[in-house]
Amino acid sequence: MPVKTVTQAVPEALSQEMSRDPNIFFAGEDLSVGGAFGTSQGLKKDFGDRVIDTPISESAIAGLAVGAAAAGLRPVVEIMFMDFVGVCMDEIVNQMAKMKYMFGGKATLPIVVTTAAGAGFSMAAQHSQSLEAWFCHIPGLKVVMPSNAYDTKGLLISAIRDDNPVIFIVIKRNLRLREEVPDEPYAIPLGVAEVKREGSDVTVVATGHMVTQAQRAADQLAERGVSLEVVDPRTLSPLDMDTIVASVQKTSRAVVAQEGVQFCGFGAEIAAAIQEQAFDYLDAPVKRVGAPFSPVPFSPSLEEAWLPAADDIVAAVDEILPARA
Amino acid sequence: MDIAHDTLRQMYERMVLLREFDERCGRLMQENRTKGAVHLYCGEEAVAVGVCTHLSNDDYITSTHRGHGHLLAKGGDPKFMYAELFGRSSGYCKGKGGSMHIADLDLGMLGANGIVGAGPPIALGAAFACHYRQDGNVAVCFFGDGASNEGTFHEAANMAGLFRVPLVLVCENNLYGEWTKQADHQPIDDIADRAASYDMPGVTVDGMDAFAVYEAAGEAIARARRGEGPTLLECKTYRYYDHVGVDFGKIVRDPDEVAAWKARDPLEQFPRRLMEMGAITQTEVDRITSETRARIEAAVDFAEASPVADPAFLLDDVYTPAAAEGAHV
Repeated sequence: MPVKTVTQAVPEALSQEMSRDPNIFFAGEDLSVGGAFGTSQGLKKDFGDRVIDTPISESAIAGLAVGAAAAGLRPVVEIMFMDFVGVCMDEIVNQMAKMKYMFGGKATLPIVVTTAAGAGFSMAAQHSQSLEAWFCHIPGLKVVMPSNAYDTKGLLISAIRDDNPVIFIVIKRNLRLREEVPDEPYAIPLGVAEVKREGSDVTVVATGHMVTQAQRAADQLAERGVSLEVVDPRTLSPLDMDTIVASVQKTSRAVVAQEGVQFCGFGAEIAAAIQEQAFDYLDAPVKRVGAPFSPVPFSPSLEEAWLPAADDIVAAVDEILPARA
Repeated sequence: MDIAHDTLRQMYERMVLLREFDERCGRLMQENRTKGAVHLYCGEEAVAVGVCTHLSNDDYITSTHRGHGHLLAKGGDPKFMYAELFGRSSGYCKGKGGSMHIADLDLGMLGANGIVGAGPPIALGAAFACHYRQDGNVAVCFFGDGASNEGTFHEAANMAGLFRVPLVLVCENNLYGEWTKQADHQPIDDIADRAASYDMPGVTVDGMDAFAVYEAAGEAIARARRGEGPTLLECKTYRYYDHVGVDFGKIVRDPDEVAAWKARDPLEQFPRRLMEMGAITQTEVDRITSETRARIEAAVDFAEASPVADPAFLLDDVYTPAAAEGAHV
């Protein structure tokens, strides 16, 4: 099977879906040159006017998607850096998320908003954030955050086929992750988590790039005879708690790892839901791993200190492991 | 401009419907029979009707918080509108939207909107869909003088000018953004001047004159249908009641200003001109008024007799359920 990166998986999914359905178009900034992250690489050549270079106007980009979807098209729009969503929060949060409900169900808004999130490149406070929690809080939106190339393609295809607005978050540090990705189209259903690594001692629920970090932590801990189970929700809203709860019932211990700021982050929801739904199975408090309560710093030395990593997961696991004789 | 007398009579009937609908709304509010915020369109009827007379159900409009007139002008049914205002499941939005989100997508009416300036990017998208399909349909965005200061207006106007989509931006300049006079919220008199930045015609007309609005909107809409791009059409008009509700609690408007505008009331000057032209008789005017009032009362009765929205459906319509394999809720 061919090996592809996340950067290749995104335009491949878009290309295959756009070939299937002429109502799909892709709009955003600098798309004809591949977009800032290569997510539209090669699409302009194949799809011409269906790949639209917009002005730097995030409100109009997101609003364009709302109006075009209400008028029967299936827009995919890119907000280059997730940090830029501040410019178009009204269009996403008050318009596309709520139209269906406000109009008594009459509107159908099949929209995908793709965006790149995450730190790790010294892009500092306004080009590095993981803001997924903002959108998980909004009824009417679905939020997808894949952790590898295979999931990226399959989840993006499902997001495009879904009849609801989907925020599709690509993690910048994942862009070069390589994996076997089939050439043919395939759909991974939204709202279904996956156990990325089976284990018996502690469940680590990890999102985005933290799945990679959790795998590293699992490798380290395996050397000490500690077995981690790594669960990737893949879709943050709707959230597949069943898979998470089943894992916690098996391991009786849980760590929730996210790259975003820990306070009021997405991990807090998972931790709360675990204690509500699996309290009797827990042998220790649910631990959280996330970024400290500061903006993302610029200097590599500061950013490395800021970013949650495998070591933080190992430390959290150690805190809740039973004392050994 | 030659307008068929039938069209003129229909426009007048529609204008009476808009006026009577919102006058009744105002009384219902004063009687505490409706809840929430209601923004009355009285005084601005010539704009919505003058524009929407050119549109079919396949054309799109976006509206504002002051949206009853736009929905009625697009063909909305007062029964389902009052039912919505009363929070009934028979309302246009099953009681989930209320006045500020009243909508009927089957009529191409993409919703009143609680956010000032939200309309232009959405109308841009609808116009883009018409352009994408090359179906000859257009989108019209109604917005106010206040919204013309929002970044969304400028972003959408810029993109519409760039992409030459069939969009008509209709500014209802009623001289007040909420409670602030136009002179205190923008440094220009004619909002149509802003069209110059976006390579589109900017036209200012008397928004109290349904003939003037009809004629200018007709040109702009025809231009859009021909694929020649967007137009900014400013209609100078006047809001008879407060920003929200009926009575002015926060500001006192100059009585001379109010009198000067009301002297040109579209519901008086339009039928007067129709009678001068022989397009309508006083008897017909009286009949239209009495029939409209009866229709309004029947609509209010329908709404009040409808069942209140049932909490059992509270969580319906948040998401569209999966219709096909591959989609998922």
